Amino acid sequence: MSHAKTRVMTGNEAAAHAARLARVQVVAAYPITPQSPVVETLSEWVESGELPAEFVTVESEHSALTVCITASTVGARTFTATSANGLAYMTEQVWWAAGARLPIVMGIANRAMAAPWSVLNDQQDSMSVRDAGWVQLYCRNNQEILDTLVQAYRIAESLYVPVMVCYDGFLLSHTMMPVELPDPDTVDAFLPPYHPLTVVDPDDPRNIGPVTLADPRPDAEGVARNGYMEFRALHHRALLGALETIERVDAEYGAATGRTWGGLLWEHRLDDADVVLIAAGSLGTQLTVAADELRDEGMNVGVLGIRSYRPFPAVAARDALDGRSLALVFDKALSYGHEGPICSDIRSALQSRTGAPVVYGAICGLGGRDVSPADLADATRRAVADRAAGIVDREPDWINLHLEEDAR
Amino acid sequence: MRDRSHDISMSRPAAGEAGRTGDWRNARPVMVAERCLAVRQGTVTCQICWVYCPDACIAQGVGPVIDLEHCKGCGICAEMCPASAIQMRPESVHGVCAVEEGER
Amino acid sequence: MAMRDDTMHEIRWHGRGGQGAVTAAKILADAAFGSGWRGVTSAPSFGAERRGAPVTASTRLAAEEIRVLSQVTEPDVVVVLDESLLDVGKATAGIKPGGVIIVNTTRPAAELGLAGDFRVVAADVTGAALEAGVVVAGTPLVNTAILGSVAAATGLVTIESVAAAIEHVFSAKLAEKNVAAARLAFECTSR
Repeated sequence: MSHAKTRVMTGNEAAAHAARLARVQVVAAYPITPQSPVVETLSEWVESGELPAEFVTVESEHSALTVCITASTVGARTFTATSANGLAYMTEQVWWAAGARLPIVMGIANRAMAAPWSVLNDQQDSMSVRDAGWVQLYCRNNQEILDTLVQAYRIAESLYVPVMVCYDGFLLSHTMMPVELPDPDTVDAFLPPYHPLTVVDPDDPRNIGPVTLADPRPDAEGVARNGYMEFRALHHRALLGALETIERVDAEYGAATGRTWGGLLWEHRLDDADVVLIAAGSLGTQLTVAADELRDEGMNVGVLGIRSYRPFPAVAARDALDGRSLALVFDKALSYGHEGPICSDIRSALQSRTGAPVVYGAICGLGGRDVSPADLADATRRAVADRAAGIVDREPDWINLHLEEDAR
Repeated sequence: MRDRSHDISMSRPAAGEAGRTGDWRNARPVMVAERCLAVRQGTVTCQICWVYCPDACIAQGVGPVIDLEHCKGCGICAEMCPASAIQMRPESVHGVCAVEEGER
Repeated sequence: MAMRDDTMHEIRWHGRGGQGAVTAAKILADAAFGSGWRGVTSAPSFGAERRGAPVTASTRLAAEEIRVLSQVTEPDVVVVLDESLLDVGKATAGIKPGGVIIVNTTRPAAELGLAGDFRVVAADVTGAALEAGVVVAGTPLVNTAILGSVAAATGLVTIESVAAAIEHVFSAKLAEKNVAAARLAFECTSR
């Protein structure tokens, strides 16, 4: 039995264990609720010697990521974590880390963006930086947080792109559940040391990320160098390549530990489902309960979970949804003035395909608004009724919204 | 494994990183050797112009040597020289338009 | 008593900030895992915690992995660390029919004014904590002792698994006192 290695722990503790098992060499982070326990735990381990790493205390999230950028540039494996306004504050460096192709791994304990102030969960923070060129993976439970963070280093270091591992604040970050800690030797065998793309060496100095002109040109040494657009095309290719890498790394992790998480997408009772419920993160976990309840009522309902949000597995999603009647997408974020971000991506993946399902959106859980499996089942019943009524275009369903003027 | 040296924007620092910038200049630094501290003392001393040149266009020496291929003519060396040994001279000398004849 | 079944058991804790309700919920989750429950979760009420303010926490137990992460609104078991919370904390809200509320009090259950389709278990948990010497800065801490009452009143976890879970959290010396307090409370709580 694996009881000796399985412990009941919070998502934040699972994240800290993953960084320790990955043998990170530099940690720089600034505390913010609900991420704080991750860096508190790591700083204790660095202090006690349990984690032989440099812990750099900084005055802001912008500096936290800057430290990781510089440390990664000189060849260190780095880790940081943040939430919400902390992520927003480091946004400039979020782009730099990606454009400089540094394999930094960052945990995001997802939290609502201010104003108004909130420390509670939704996924607006990480989804607002989806275009920055990071891989973004979303986790369903604390075991997946640990496993995905370890996998993230393999993905990042084989493609030279940074990876955000996103997990719902409080719902996972502060909720204890059993987590199996892999054997350190198993992780070492799975995760070889980091070989950086560039090493800054005083005897062989380099300009890294210098002014790069629009067009390719020879540099001062006569070496042909790419223009800005070529670098961006290569970066985009790397992200698209991650579609294969994420699947392969998950499979190899499964071979090493016995656990896989579905690669890009995961599914629950999807085989014969007419109605597919879609979400990322712990909301997907709760959707499985709603689907089971609706199955008991005789509805053919299944769940398609988004594990990789960037790169977005458009082809895999299209194949998974082909021939279904209805896709109901639950977003814990919103592109204001448009719709939920996952909903938009599902629509674009299905665009102009014959046999594609009707897509409805639902907005829920903003700023920590509680969403129960019963709420999700109710929203599904409403959507199924609308679909049966022949409605194709429908405004997003705001679950558990209590605006007085909207009272039904 | 694929050569990844072109995946990120980088280069080795070298003269002419931004091209032949000497033709950007509208005034050139001219060293007045007899005022230069290094020349007067006959040794590699002072070298403040070398320290301050933002484009690394000045080489240390007795006295320092200015690379006019790449010097953009910013004039910082002339400002910083404690002995006023560097003067900025216009690239072109303009006269007053002298109209010798013609109708007004 | 039938310890494991197919249903999920939901426990809601009521305490005041600083009394250790969140820690108690965590230790119970560990004890439950040690008692053989494969699915356990434990969470504080989400948001800011302030010393002295009413706080809640929740623990869920099931034979399989727990996939419900929303707030507990219909608990099977309610645990009240401080009798004063009966008035302010809506402790009985949503208790499932046939459920149980465990109250730290010196009064008999019948005098607590709690009526409904649930069992009321009264236990002098503070007395057990004092007897075992679980006192910090002159104040008895009841959050470990009351785990003995939970084990006794619900049968969901064994007292041995509670003792082991307490030992996971505290140093040997502190664990000894806290385990003694839990055992005392276990003995003086009605089954």
